[in-house]
Amino acid sequence: MKPLTNRAKQVVNKEMTFSEKIYLPAVLGGLKTTMSHFFKKQATVRYPEEVRPFSDVFRGKHVLKRDENGAERCTACGLCAVACPAEAITMVAAEREKGEEKLYREEKYAETYEINMLRCIFCGMCEEACPKEAIFLTTEITPANYDRSNFIYGKDKLVEDVNHRTDITTRQAHKNLAK
Amino acid sequence: MSDEKPLLKVTIDGVQIEVPEGTTILNAARQVGGNIVPPAMCYYSKLKGSGGKCRTCLVKVSKGSEKDPRPMPKLVPSCSTTVMDGMEVLNTTSPEVLEARKGVVEFLLINHPLDCPVCDQAGECHLQDLGFEHGGAHTRYEEDRRTFERIDIGPYIQLHMNRCILCYRCVFAAEQLTNGRVHGVINRGDHAEISTYIQQAIDGDFYGNIIDVCPVGALTDKTFRFKSRVWFTKPMDAHRDCDKCSGKTAVWVAGNDVLRVTGRKDAYGEVEEFICNTCRFDKKSLSDWTIEGPRHIDRHSVIGMNHYELAAPKETQYLTNKIIE
Repeated sequence: MKPLTNRAKQVVNKEMTFSEKIYLPAVLGGLKTTMSHFFKKQATVRYPEEVRPFSDVFRGKHVLKRDENGAERCTACGLCAVACPAEAITMVAAEREKGEEKLYREEKYAETYEINMLRCIFCGMCEEACPKEAIFLTTEITPANYDRSNFIYGKDKLVEDVNHRTDITTRQAHKNLAK
Repeated sequence: MSDEKPLLKVTIDGVQIEVPEGTTILNAARQVGGNIVPPAMCYYSKLKGSGGKCRTCLVKVSKGSEKDPRPMPKLVPSCSTTVMDGMEVLNTTSPEVLEARKGVVEFLLINHPLDCPVCDQAGECHLQDLGFEHGGAHTRYEEDRRTFERIDIGPYIQLHMNRCILCYRCVFAAEQLTNGRVHGVINRGDHAEISTYIQQAIDGDFYGNIIDVCPVGALTDKTFRFKSRVWFTKPMDAHRDCDKCSGKTAVWVAGNDVLRVTGRKDAYGEVEEFICNTCRFDKKSLSDWTIEGPRHIDRHSVIGMNHYELAAPKETQYLTNKIIE
């Protein structure tokens, strides 16, 4: 029968020579291959200390932005929840009281805002739908956890810290490009 | 009847229809239906005297009548122009009308705040629909928008004067449905505003209907304020025995809660029957209502999201019925 490729080898049951029987040349040959890799470029990085650069369009954990005065931008309009294909977003709206103008930008705000990170597929539709430029996806990774309930991110995890702002300028540039 | 009033032939966008004398062009178009119906922001068929203010229903009359075939010199408001025999009307087929309508939308939006994300009317707002269908994508207006101090007009109705487009529908509704109207339009021109004048709480059994007739979010239900968005609630036809009104309403349900009660609105956003305040504001439990079934929602509407009108597709239901028979 004609072989399909020319790489076929005939199997022969011939007895091994002495050098083959002591295995040393084969072991040394293997070691040589291993040792040669010591001098080649490493294929991995030492992860927590060194982080690989993300793609410009990487979409990670969400952030709820505050405006330049530190007031929450989100008005709980529900458009992100409508746009969400995974139905991961829920919210309860509340009316801003007198004296809370510095906390919330508009007269309505999200009293609770929850994203189920187990449902979320990080598609970025919420960011696309947001009319107030309040929600953005960051380059931060959603960390693993032992408990399912810890994957429901409330406002405590989503709203950015007033003093440590989350930089989303690349995402904003990307969003504007899309328009 | 038909002997006294001969039917008049009128052609709207090439569609011929025969209507009795005294019918307006808009109502003639509504008898045809479809997309030849001009949009209307101020006209409300159930309110006498409404119409002629917003100018969104402008149409071109290319032939006045059989006797006088000259075209009308200007675009005419279809809600207050009556038909003539042999009249030919152009609505969507006239670029002039579409251009004028775009201008009207721009005018209406000059002072309308861009707070749809906050507004409870968003999703069933006529101005939103009108702007989406006929308006431009950007505003050319650079000046500050007109703003008003917030006025409290009672525990049930929230007035947002900033959003008002001065269609006067609520004034007609209050005048024709309640005895002793206490709210109206004060000041003139650019300063005109809906008010109860001395900030007196409005009272009466039917004044809640001013919420339903408002085409924008200027008058909204305080009991529904910021509770949910309209597209997250499920509209159901429901009724109850009511000694004041017919009791036939649409209830907007989320889970087991009735978040809002409104009149049943038709394709033109007009309620079939006005409902009383007890039904609207006080009956907020499913046990108060007999649910008839889901309301028909246009599939292009955002409210139609996740809205199912049949438990199973028509074919399946048909087969099930056959088997039962």
